[in-house]
Amino acid sequence: MMENAIAWILIFPLFGSVACAILGMGNKKICYPIAVLSMAGSLWGGIETLRQVIASEVHRVSYIFGGWTLDKYPRGVGIEFHADILGILITLVVLGVGLIVSIYSKLPVQDETPNKEPLFYTLFLLQITGLAGICLTGDAFNLYVLIEVAALTGYGLIAMGSKRAAAATFNYVILGTIGASLYLLGVGYIYIKTGTLNMVGIHDVIVANGLADSSTMQVAFVLVGIGILIKMAFFPFHAWLPNAYCNAPTVTSSLLAPLVTKVMIYVMIRMVLSVFGVEFSFESTLWVDVMPWLVVVAIICAAVMALAQREIKRMLAYLIVAEVGYMVGGVWIYNYYGLIGSIFHVISDACMTLCLFLGAGLILRKAKTTHFDGLRGLFSKMPLTMTGFFIGGFSIIGLPPTCGFFSKWYLITGGMVSQRWEYMVVLMFSTMVMVVLFFRLIERIHLAVSESGENLGHGHGDLGLTKEQTRFDEGPLSMLIPLLLAATVVLVVGIYNQDIVNLIEIFLSEFNLPKGVGH
Amino acid sequence: MFEDGTIINELFIERLNYFIYVILLLIGLHGMIAKNNLIKKLIGMSIFQTAIILFYVSVGVKEGATIPIYLPEHDPHGSHASHGDENGTEEAVHGPVVLESGLVKGYANPLPHVLMLTAIVVGVATLGLALALCLRIYQGYGTIEEDEILAKIERQEMRLKPSIIVKSADSPKPKTSNSENSAPKPKVSSSPSTKRSKARPKAKAKTASTATKAKTSQAKSSSPKPKPAVSKSTTTGTKKSPAKPKTTASKTAGKSTTKAKPKPRAKPKAKPTTRTKATSTAKKATASKPKPRTPKK
Repeated sequence: MMENAIAWILIFPLFGSVACAILGMGNKKICYPIAVLSMAGSLWGGIETLRQVIASEVHRVSYIFGGWTLDKYPRGVGIEFHADILGILITLVVLGVGLIVSIYSKLPVQDETPNKEPLFYTLFLLQITGLAGICLTGDAFNLYVLIEVAALTGYGLIAMGSKRAAAATFNYVILGTIGASLYLLGVGYIYIKTGTLNMVGIHDVIVANGLADSSTMQVAFVLVGIGILIKMAFFPFHAWLPNAYCNAPTVTSSLLAPLVTKVMIYVMIRMVLSVFGVEFSFESTLWVDVMPWLVVVAIICAAVMALAQREIKRMLAYLIVAEVGYMVGGVWIYNYYGLIGSIFHVISDACMTLCLFLGAGLILRKAKTTHFDGLRGLFSKMPLTMTGFFIGGFSIIGLPPTCGFFSKWYLITGGMVSQRWEYMVVLMFSTMVMVVLFFRLIERIHLAVSESGENLGHGHGDLGLTKEQTRFDEGPLSMLIPLLLAATVVLVVGIYNQDIVNLIEIFLSEFNLPKGVGH
Repeated sequence: MFEDGTIINELFIERLNYFIYVILLLIGLHGMIAKNNLIKKLIGMSIFQTAIILFYVSVGVKEGATIPIYLPEHDPHGSHASHGDENGTEEAVHGPVVLESGLVKGYANPLPHVLMLTAIVVGVATLGLALALCLRIYQGYGTIEEDEILAKIERQEMRLKPSIIVKSADSPKPKTSNSENSAPKPKVSSSPSTKRSKARPKAKAKTASTATKAKTSQAKSSSPKPKPAVSKSTTTGTKKSPAKPKTTASKTAGKSTTKAKPKPRAKPKAKPTTRTKATSTAKKATASKPKPRTPKK
């Protein structure tokens, strides 16, 4: 059982979803424990796999389904799952977020999608299966299928939301299909040229045959790249994201927002480093010259648009778009530290986005609105929720004890070392915008300042609210504890950042990345 | 014209499939992005996916090759069976056999086609889901034209704005006038209907004086319902106002008239107990409001 831990990661949620669909027909209440238990089991598999990966000499666990083992058959026969440190770290993020959200989901799912709990949890667990599978698979076509599994379940989960959600989901379907199809097309070109779909095999063929200058591979790289950029909501392609996440049910947005975009960043890093290889991606394409500037545009636009929002969820959605810019930039500045920052930021951004969306869900539940004007005096009403929310916010800004500080530190170091000043400046600019965003929120929540800047209270400390409105009134514990757990994770990941960075360094040590100016 | 090496030869004879796949891809992309009708977008999506399937299938084509099932003369199991049948071990019978490279050339590579089976399944799932979404959109908005949906969404958001005034006007504070101007819209949909109906007459008076945009949005959408309800219980203007929603609504889709009608009947049940607050001035304002509205529409 232990040696199959990597398979158990997927088996738990996959069969959990089937169990939810079947047993849920009889008893709706059974779905919630099934979801939580299968997430816990899956997380156990993930931790066990991480232990195996660290223990193994090459820091990689390879698992080939169906007995097509490497000693008997050539690589590429049979579906291979291989977990290296990068893959298993992101998988653990997926599973951890999934577990926390599944605990959180009890009441919101009952209230927001009544009588649909079995369907919801079926899709929820399938979503986790897809996302974790993306992080573990070692097969380029299998990756496409898992991307579509995650996407299709995501469409379903989002469409369960408000009336507007259907229209928002439709846009997501169209753009998501374009993205995934372009990726599929790119895989086709790779297959023409290399004759294999196994990621390691593709890389071996590229290196062995010197395919770096092949125009077919260049086309494949562009198609795969653009497909992934669409799926990760990189700035010009971000249109589907804000509407989809704002109109989705609370649980959906807190599950999808931290994971979907980050997992696609993982796919990009995987493609760039492991599949096409460092030499191909950075030396023989023009992306190194172009992408940092696109990132600059992306971060500025997303940050400014976030600044224009008057509603927490929508503001957070634009923040995600900006954060995607950070991570893409961290990859394409072509630097060792940039990549450390990028990978670490995937982890920390998932934690803090989770924190913020869980907090927003609680605010929505208690204050009945997430609009800025409904937040007055919320801190005295629900201090714990707001503390958790602001730990996430401080992490987005990048205040020291939180994980956001350390990832941003590496990103900025990367920008400095590789002399990508434009990327560094735009990171600073975006940080400043985040400061404005969150301190404006703090002002709304703690003080009684209205939209036009007037003070609504009668002097210092007066919120202009009655005692009734500011009475201590926290959300239900089943929602509050996951939020505080997420906030703790943000702090813990920040405090133990060195351990995680050490792991990432082990992963990156096998690639030939410049520690100075690369381009 | 069709000699080897010319561009025409290359495009139309040797690589016709790839040429067609690119054209189909672009047609599909155009349909998905530029078309206004959601179903047309989906047709574009199908064409787009079909183009990719055509590409993969073209990749798998091999001239003169046959399907990847052992020809009788190549079948290792068959030859095993013909001589020395007892010596054929279990492995030789059941395990996969690697043919010599010379023999392999006669077979087509099945992998691209097999991949496309999966891709077709994914495409069908996506299409089914998208059609279900279309259905829901049509039920929600009564149209599948994208611009009309967007216009309706915008109108609904506009309608939410006066509803915040409802909330603040309802609260007993002296500072309400301050927050009215500033506060756009916390959501109101979840608040119970009795509370809403209590507050509405007052809000009407406010909107009549301030928000002009909101009027147009209210006239079209389902909010005519409070007017007949109010005027029925009052004595004056009963004849007029029930007729008004019809005239305004007749210009909009026929659905909204049917929707708007049954609701007023349900409303008055809640009214007598809750509507104690409404002042006579507010009633007059609501009764007189439909008049300026009709010439506009």
